[in-house]
Amino acid sequence: MPQTYLSIEGIRKTFGSFTALEPIHIEIPKNEFVCLLGPSGCGKTTLLRLIAGLETPDGGRITVAGRDITSLPPSKRQAGMMFQSYALFPNLTVEQNIAYGLQEKKMSKAQIRGKVEEVLAMVDLEHSAKKYPSQMSGGQQQRVALARAVAMSPDFLLLDEPLSALDAKVRQKLRQEIRRLHEQLGMTTIMVTHDQEEALTMADTIVVMNNAKVIQVGMPEEIYERPNSKFVADFIGAVNFVGVEEVPAVAIRPEHVSIHLQPVPDSSEAIIENLEFRGSSYRITLKPSHSREIIADVNSSMIRLLGLEKNRRVYYELPSEHLIYFGDALPTPWVEVVV
Amino acid sequence: MRTMMLSLVKRRGSFGERAAIVALIAALCIMVLLPLITLFSKAFEGKTGEFTGLANFARYFQSPALLQSLWHTAFISVGTACISVCLAFVFAYALTRTGIKGKLIFKTIALLPLFAPTMLHGIGLTYLFGNQGLITNGFFGALPFEWHIELYGPIGIMMAEVMYTFPQAYLILAVSLAFADYNLYEAATTMGASKRRIFFTVTVPNIKYGLISAIFVCFTLAFTDFGAPQVVGGNYSVLATEIYKQVIGQQNMGMGATVGIILILPAVLAFTVDRIVSRKQNAISSRALPYRIQTSRLRDGLFLACCLVLSALIGIVILTVIGASLIKIWPYNLSLSFVHYDFTKVAGGSIQPFWTSLRMSAWTAGIGTIVTFLGAYLIEKTRSMKMLRQAGYFLSILPLALPGLVIGLSYIFFFNERSNPLHGIYGTIWILVLANIAHFYAVSFVTATSALKKLDKEIERASDAMGVPQYKTLLRVTLPLCLPAVLEMAMYLFINSMVTVSAVMFLYAADLKLASVSVVNMDDAGDVASAAAMSVLIMMTNVMVRLVYEAIAHFVKTKTGAWQTRNS
Repeated sequence: MPQTYLSIEGIRKTFGSFTALEPIHIEIPKNEFVCLLGPSGCGKTTLLRLIAGLETPDGGRITVAGRDITSLPPSKRQAGMMFQSYALFPNLTVEQNIAYGLQEKKMSKAQIRGKVEEVLAMVDLEHSAKKYPSQMSGGQQQRVALARAVAMSPDFLLLDEPLSALDAKVRQKLRQEIRRLHEQLGMTTIMVTHDQEEALTMADTIVVMNNAKVIQVGMPEEIYERPNSKFVADFIGAVNFVGVEEVPAVAIRPEHVSIHLQPVPDSSEAIIENLEFRGSSYRITLKPSHSREIIADVNSSMIRLLGLEKNRRVYYELPSEHLIYFGDALPTPWVEVVV
Repeated sequence: MRTMMLSLVKRRGSFGERAAIVALIAALCIMVLLPLITLFSKAFEGKTGEFTGLANFARYFQSPALLQSLWHTAFISVGTACISVCLAFVFAYALTRTGIKGKLIFKTIALLPLFAPTMLHGIGLTYLFGNQGLITNGFFGALPFEWHIELYGPIGIMMAEVMYTFPQAYLILAVSLAFADYNLYEAATTMGASKRRIFFTVTVPNIKYGLISAIFVCFTLAFTDFGAPQVVGGNYSVLATEIYKQVIGQQNMGMGATVGIILILPAVLAFTVDRIVSRKQNAISSRALPYRIQTSRLRDGLFLACCLVLSALIGIVILTVIGASLIKIWPYNLSLSFVHYDFTKVAGGSIQPFWTSLRMSAWTAGIGTIVTFLGAYLIEKTRSMKMLRQAGYFLSILPLALPGLVIGLSYIFFFNERSNPLHGIYGTIWILVLANIAHFYAVSFVTATSALKKLDKEIERASDAMGVPQYKTLLRVTLPLCLPAVLEMAMYLFINSMVTVSAVMFLYAADLKLASVSVVNMDDAGDVASAAAMSVLIMMTNVMVRLVYEAIAHFVKTKTGAWQTRNS
């Protein structure tokens, strides 16, 4: 078990009568990339802002490397923060933006210039130093914001939905870039996101939150393969709930449902109700005679091989090694989360 | 299919639409452009109408007295702009960025001067700082000290102008300060910037354009105002009073036109700056966080004190005028009475001008709102005759650069010409209404345009596609959606028509005297208490109109709430 670097001990927060965070406990080892993941309003941004010092908690303690920072002002926390709206100063050039915080430190002009050049090179923007934010694309602005945050050589980096304003292609690229920078600098990083794909691809550890509470903490594979609750299973990836009435409840991911043309042991009969093309695979909706619909992801070449089409009778099997069990299941209506 | 869509979009517009655009441009030419051209040509004519080239300008710049009034005006305007913008900034900052209590009351008091003619501020100052003033004689000796200031002259004018321009500067700065990205403040804080540094690197750059615009607006208003210097100017001549002397006193039309052109210059400059600035206005990111006011008792205490002082100053001047209008004989018989509201006691006075003003303002509001809204609609929402519409846009905002005096003067020159087929309206109430509409056209045009811009561009396309004629969509969809803006325009036109002197001063006929003009005349004749009474009447009327407006606007808002709110 690696040693805890950033520790959140019973931090809680209310806004008037609204509870933004129930007492939260999280321990984050050094150099980790942690994603706070959850639907909007779950409290993830509030938690990040509490760590940054932009909100004051109602109770609890935050420590970094054993140092209690709970009541320190934001500037004394040695945190690099990147904001959703980029928060670049529109009236300052790229280099002035990056130097803004450095000028508060006891650094010579030459040192500041050197640092600015260094971080600009890190994000590939050496030639844009004299530009104003409005002269740059969204992706470039985001990279400037990232460079500005790491220029301060912070103890840890806080990213508030850094990619949500960008289009898909740029987002893809910046994901890798942020991840690369993280590995290069080894900086403990906490990122807020509502995009589960972003969390799965980027994080070392995912903290899934809902309704002001932490629901599950774990590595991406762990969260995906062994969700501890219906909520997590449902929120991350698509899932079939196959035994809601049973406790513990049973679920299975659509890619694990196997389909046969002939009956096999433990298989059930169903009619193909719908086929939805998704590029490399198809998502098939199966209608068994006695239970509710099941979705299955089958790759496109398999579809052709088996000659699957609408209204065809097939046999499906739910391999027991892929069944997910959890105890909190309530008999709620079956919900499909389309990814 | 595609070509069909294209032809639908590129369609040249119906005959009715094109006719309406042509009519609008013609109306704008008659209202603004032609009178202005006439004024310009007059500036190059001598007393008998012969062409004299630049002789008027040469004479102007050689006449020490005339030139002096230019320097006076420049001095007053620069001083007013500096003081007014500084005070308004503190006030606007307090109301938008601090946690002080009673913001609504402060805001209301700050806007009060807008409802009164500028003469009222001058009259108030006379009663406070004049020879028999309350403060001059230390509240009839009740106070241990007396405070004499040289009221009649630059100090008095500047004080009155500051009071006149303060609400305008406040409104501009409050809008600028209301838009901010709180993330920028948080980013600066996390990087360790001090409050002072954040103020100069985030707050000031963010409101830069608002500041520039406020400075120019205050400068121009003070540069062209007639009312205040007329009341407290004494022998200190400024351009506005100089024009009046040249035209009314000496019947020197050519020189009047020349001074008018000089009067336009700063306004044209301000207009140009405003156009450039409004284009540059910082776009706020859609992900911006609204400003969050942090708690700070020290800051709130300081700003509360400032607001109290500023509101008290405005309140004292207005209350003094109200008091003066109710006191029998200042300062000898201090008993209360309504005797000054009986204007028949004053030489040549009666209550009639007040009714005339009401009538004129109502017509201005009614006709002005319809014309302006239609004008904005034709320019913003039709697609044919692009060139003409652009010319129309320019003509519509041009009045922003035209001081009332210039409009008044150019209307005399244009409509008093016997060969003009519209000569008939000269001497009737209609020329006053027309002058007021022209004078206040630009602001209400901008209000209408921005309301129309907010509407979905596809509304007209959709009605086209359904085969509904455009005028029906205008009446059934566009107009109801713009109702709040329409109400605001009507209120703005009414209130400003009530208080203005500068444009109508040259145009009213003897039997159509206006309330604001009679304030000037009564004050001139020494009937200051009656002048005070009349200006109080004007102000009260305007406050009432504003209250009615608020009530209707509130009603409209609750009634149309369902379609005004947006699902997010």
